[in-house]
Amino acid sequence: MKPLRVLYCHCTYANVVPKATKDEVLKQLTESDIPFDAVPDLCEMSAKKDPCLAELAADANLKIAACYPRAVKWLFHAVGVKLPDTAEVLNMRTDTADAVVAKLLEPPATP
Amino acid sequence: MSIPLPLPLSAPPPASAAAFRVAVYEGTGADPFPPGGRTALVTALLAKGLTVSVVRPGGSAGNIIAGTLLVLGHFTDEQPDHATTEGGVNVYFRNVAGKSADEGVELAVQVRAAASIPEPPKWKPWFPVIDYDRCTNCMQCLSFCLFDVYGVNEGKIQVQNNNKCKTDCPACSRVCPEVAILFPKYRHGPINGDVVSADDVRRESMKVDISSLLGGDIYAALRDRNAKFKSRFSKERDADKALEERQKCLVKLGEKLDIPPEVFASLPSPDEIQRKAAEANAKAQAALAVNREAQTSATENS
Repeated sequence: MKPLRVLYCHCTYANVVPKATKDEVLKQLTESDIPFDAVPDLCEMSAKKDPCLAELAADANLKIAACYPRAVKWLFHAVGVKLPDTAEVLNMRTDTADAVVAKLLEPPATP
Repeated sequence: MSIPLPLPLSAPPPASAAAFRVAVYEGTGADPFPPGGRTALVTALLAKGLTVSVVRPGGSAGNIIAGTLLVLGHFTDEQPDHATTEGGVNVYFRNVAGKSADEGVELAVQVRAAASIPEPPKWKPWFPVIDYDRCTNCMQCLSFCLFDVYGVNEGKIQVQNNNKCKTDCPACSRVCPEVAILFPKYRHGPINGDVVSADDVRRESMKVDISSLLGGDIYAALRDRNAKFKSRFSKERDADKALEERQKCLVKLGEKLDIPPEVFASLPSPDEIQRKAAEANAKAQAALAVNREAQTSATENS
């Protein structure tokens, strides 16, 4: 089974993701035993065309904890990076922290 | 003696060397962080605008192929302060055993400064993102925006100057007939990226109909209104009334398109607005003409 790659967005520069949700997701991630990448703000990285985005998206077994999947997809596209079709985006604006973390820690569906 | 951290070696940096990453490292040659210590450090680093990779026992930071990497860990052996990998990644090591999260962040800030990497700007990242699954390249956003945010490349609409966008102003997305412009940090859907419903599309189409009732050109409508206003002003010579009328008009437009008052305050003079609107419209028309021509020639060739 391919290893899971998790990317967490802290949405540092705006208050659109409930603070309690993002803090709890981050806490549970750091207390789990999985490696992950955490970025301060995907919008900011997309705006400054941060080269890290290409490297972060280069994994088929990618799960992203951020906001609306449509927004995340086109934020990556704005820097010329296509998210893999298998990438899963979890929405911390609408879902509970427990639901997001449960999905994040689920093993990838593909063998 | 340095421990053999499994760090990037071969791949060349693909882009900006300014990329900066912090690895919270518990891999080979390092002890795990104490309970709570990892969470506190990662949270504090993110709050400072730093990108973090959490590397667990047995893991590596080998996927990091560009820029500068700071490795923070409870190292069991002495590490060099600074090394450069064969792939050109600048790697700094700092031992944070016994240090608080704030002290760890301070080390990261010092390394970032030493590596001449600029601090992230204190800017709310507010700019339009185009959903090309929905965009029909109609160029309405290009002809609407007065701040040169949009441009055209090979006949395709693009966001070319996202730093010129006015914070919290989603007006271009409100005039997009296809609901194809997102502002991920906007409060409401579907502009924030939420799923677009049939009702959303219908509502946007109605706005376009209203726009065509105004003559299809919002700036022309405003110009006419301005002319009428000037004529009335010259007759009535009532400055207070004129000011009140103008404010009412701006408040209405602001409410309709959710434009913050600061954006109105930053608008150029009316003449400059007309000039910029004409320029933007000309760009849009030129792009549309080129696209029509390309489409015609493609049809003829097939």
